[in-house]
Amino acid sequence: MQDVLFYCFAALTILCGFMVVANPWSRNPVTSAMFLVLTIVSLAGLFTLLHAFFLAAVQVLVYAGAVMVLFLFVIMLLDLKEEARRKIRGFGMISGGIAVAAVFGIIFKTLVFDTPRLSAGLSAPNLEGVTKPLGETLFTRYLLPFEILSVLLLVAMVGVILLSKRDLR
Amino acid sequence: MNRMEWLANLTPTQQFVLFSVVKIIFAVAILMPIIAYAVLVERRLCAFIQDRVGPNRVGPFGLLQPLADGAKAILKEDFTPEHVRKVYYWLAPALCMIPALLTLAVIPFGSNLGNSNNRMVIADLNVGILYTFGIVSLGVYGIVLAGYAANSKYSFLGGIRSSAQMISYEIAMGMSVIPVFMLVGSLNLSAVIDYQAGRIPDPETGRLIQHSSGLLSWLVFKQPLAFLIFLVAAFAETNRLPFDLPESEQELVGGYNTEYSSMKFALFFMGEYANVILSSAMMVTLFFGGWTLPVFGLEQPADSLGKGLLHIGIFLGKMAAFLILFIWVRWMLPRFRYDQLMDLGWRRFIPLALANIVVTAILLWVRA
Repeated sequence: MQDVLFYCFAALTILCGFMVVANPWSRNPVTSAMFLVLTIVSLAGLFTLLHAFFLAAVQVLVYAGAVMVLFLFVIMLLDLKEEARRKIRGFGMISGGIAVAAVFGIIFKTLVFDTPRLSAGLSAPNLEGVTKPLGETLFTRYLLPFEILSVLLLVAMVGVILLSKRDLR
Repeated sequence: MNRMEWLANLTPTQQFVLFSVVKIIFAVAILMPIIAYAVLVERRLCAFIQDRVGPNRVGPFGLLQPLADGAKAILKEDFTPEHVRKVYYWLAPALCMIPALLTLAVIPFGSNLGNSNNRMVIADLNVGILYTFGIVSLGVYGIVLAGYAANSKYSFLGGIRSSAQMISYEIAMGMSVIPVFMLVGSLNLSAVIDYQAGRIPDPETGRLIQHSSGLLSWLVFKQPLAFLIFLVAAFAETNRLPFDLPESEQELVGGYNTEYSSMKFALFFMGEYANVILSSAMMVTLFFGGWTLPVFGLEQPADSLGKGLLHIGIFLGKMAAFLILFIWVRWMLPRFRYDQLMDLGWRRFIPLALANIVVTAILLWVRA
């Protein structure tokens, strides 16, 4: 049962992800955005199968519910007619293919060559199920990376304000 | 007896699936008539407020009016205008309705029916509230896509307004309930009800211990500010007056649903009422003790079938009170201007909700 669900969600994720960037029927940016929403929701399904309910819920809440709605908002305001007419270009397909192959190479290398070596000395933190262990891990063991990430987001925010205000003062 | 043997012979998984299916059918079968009658109550109540009579021709006191409304919605011509984007035009009404139905899954609408194994909640998720917020945040797609699909200015403006409004108030809504969960210590909605009934888990063993409880242990009295922000945000999230800018008839004709007719048009309204009902259910669960009442031992889970049904009745009763509040406010308050709406959301509620979190944290810290 779990395996069947996993393959369903995995296939959906990959298929929808493909449709986001290389939809052969429509080049409409809104359609791409909606397929990205579907990708995110199927990813949340995969998290659920891993018993990471908190991550699944936050995935839907933050990405599908907030970030993508803002995307849609901007796309609709910009009225992207030209983008909708643009054809899929060969160069894009080739560079995208290379990028996908590179990522696959990294994952393959990690799984086959590095996993025995890494898992020997490292115990994976228990993040299953309830929210508490996740919060404790984030605020003890991974506190520094967590805080650095939030500073990174702050930097991005300040940068956007700086760029959108051409004439400061 | 024969019947019970057949039930006992099933494996636990089969029993779980059977009970879940029964609960789902039961919950949806209750929700649908409530939607239909919420519309009737809305029309009657607004008529009384405006000193009219309202629909009273179909059946006694107009009680069969929902049937007539339904028949009318189905029999009208389902017209698809030439200029719409077909796929999204068909998708949008469904996307309005689906999230509302999905939220139903985590609401504990009763204790149990005499047997503590089959609790009256379809899915007792340990992240129940996050699930609710996640699904509710998907509800905006129905309206935005309806505005986009219709390919006309009025609908488009309605869709744009709706997306901005719902994102703004989602933040305030999400932050307003954080103090609630700081007090309860769990994101599970059944745990919220247990807390309000005075059953607090022991920090070491995790088993529930009965503390003294009363009306004052309801979270609305412990977190009045959180409740207030949640209530107003719920009005904004469900696009009800005084925040119904996405469909404001005077400026946008009908907003996002202008180009729709027949059952598709009706689906938008069913989605809106389903959302109102489920926000009422959320407020009852989070702030008003859910299915419990602090009298006659009704805060304990049921030990008999009758008491179990009574718990469901209590829950529905509290929910109906909130429904009436939603309807009453609609005919009492004028619509906000758009800048006032944004000002209230971003510059009043979000700082207030943040302050509430900090104050609650300090109080908990002092007490610990």
